[in-house]
Amino acid sequence: MEKRSADSQVKGVSTGTTILAATFNGGVVIGSDSRASIGGEYVSSKTINKVIQVHDQIFCCMAGSLADAQAVTKAAKYRLSFHSVQMETPPLVIAAASVLQELCYKNKEELQAGFITAGWDRKKGPQVYVVSLGGMLIGQPVTIGGSGSTYIYGYVDAKYKPNMSREECLQFATNALALAMGRDNVSGGVAHLVVITETGVEHVVVPGNKLPKFHNE
Amino acid sequence: MAAATMMPYFGQQMSSKSELVPDWTSQEVSTGTTIMAVEYDGGVVIGADSRTTTGAYIANRVTDKLTPIHDRIFCCRSGSAADTQAIADVVTYQLGFHSIELDEPPLVETAANLFRASCYRYREELTAGILVAGWDRRKGGQVYCVPIGGMLVRQPVSVGGSGSSYIYGFMDSNYKTSMTKDQCLELTASALSLAMERDGSSGGVVRLASISEDGVERRVLLGDQLPKFSTH
Repeated sequence: MEKRSADSQVKGVSTGTTILAATFNGGVVIGSDSRASIGGEYVSSKTINKVIQVHDQIFCCMAGSLADAQAVTKAAKYRLSFHSVQMETPPLVIAAASVLQELCYKNKEELQAGFITAGWDRKKGPQVYVVSLGGMLIGQPVTIGGSGSTYIYGYVDAKYKPNMSREECLQFATNALALAMGRDNVSGGVAHLVVITETGVEHVVVPGNKLPKFHNE
Repeated sequence: MAAATMMPYFGQQMSSKSELVPDWTSQEVSTGTTIMAVEYDGGVVIGADSRTTTGAYIANRVTDKLTPIHDRIFCCRSGSAADTQAIADVVTYQLGFHSIELDEPPLVETAANLFRASCYRYREELTAGILVAGWDRRKGGQVYCVPIGGMLVRQPVSVGGSGSSYIYGFMDSNYKTSMTKDQCLELTASALSLAMERDGSSGGVVRLASISEDGVERRVLLGDQLPKFSTH
């Protein structure tokens, strides 16, 4: 997992952020916080949605420069839908991740954006892929990213188990986001979560005051 | 929350890169590290990893970063190894003298203030993040955090060092008030293992100590005895 240490050098609006995705038995949960900041000093949006739908059952989360991430996801969405029409079948999750990877790698000098792609397809079921800053692509059962992710590596290592139930995984993701938002000053707001399974997609939004509280709050 | 997140301090290189000697011979020795201290009713539990690095070389893989300052007061050191050793020596002397004058065991808060005084006065020259923990008769088990810059704050649980960033989430979710000594030991061992897995500057063995009215108990958890978490 790449540490997103370049956040403080990002110019303009940045998603100093916490994003994560985790597979469970039968699906995948992908989530993020909702804060966008300029230089870590001004919160330019308290309710931005960083979980973008790139196809029916494939979502991705962005981290880094917001402008770069939005431009890349727009291009990726277009390429993916074209690919899907050509193949006459819903795209594979790895196809979506590869499209993002190609864009990130070919433009690595100009871009400062990383992504987590998660979704469900008929071939391999639920999957999570991470495309890091320079354009590396890796598949993992669970992954975290963004500036807030450093604070929850320990928690995720300790708490994530493969093949959890949907409820356990949702609770795990909510807790992880809440813990990161509690320590990282450029992550905050609400927790946006999306649960993707064979049957479809469900959005869960947990407002700030409903997030789990821990001992020191 | 202000425990130090350690950035190893690299000394100036005197000559341009020589191919005859590796880079690390000219870099300062740092305890890029993970340290932790937890209060419980009746005492404190402290823990640290055991890695000291000079650049990429591990100068000491079995370091003892838990340094006794007085009979029932310890400090956990992170940052520059030289700076923290020097400060600890000074404070040990000052506290020993003070304790003899008082004719009584010193307070943990006194020790913490002595650390703070040195760390704040020489803040421009020093790189030291220290946790002071111990037991005294007045307030029982106490943990004080003196991060880089020389602040002083008392906290029921505190982590420090470069590896501490990775375990804030784990610590927040797993620490509860009114834990027993054994629960604290387990929490500390788990947290340190998790940090050592993720932080390149932390590793080796886990050293633990518990301090209470009855004295100090030390133990070491070797590699195969560490709690394991990897599933991915």
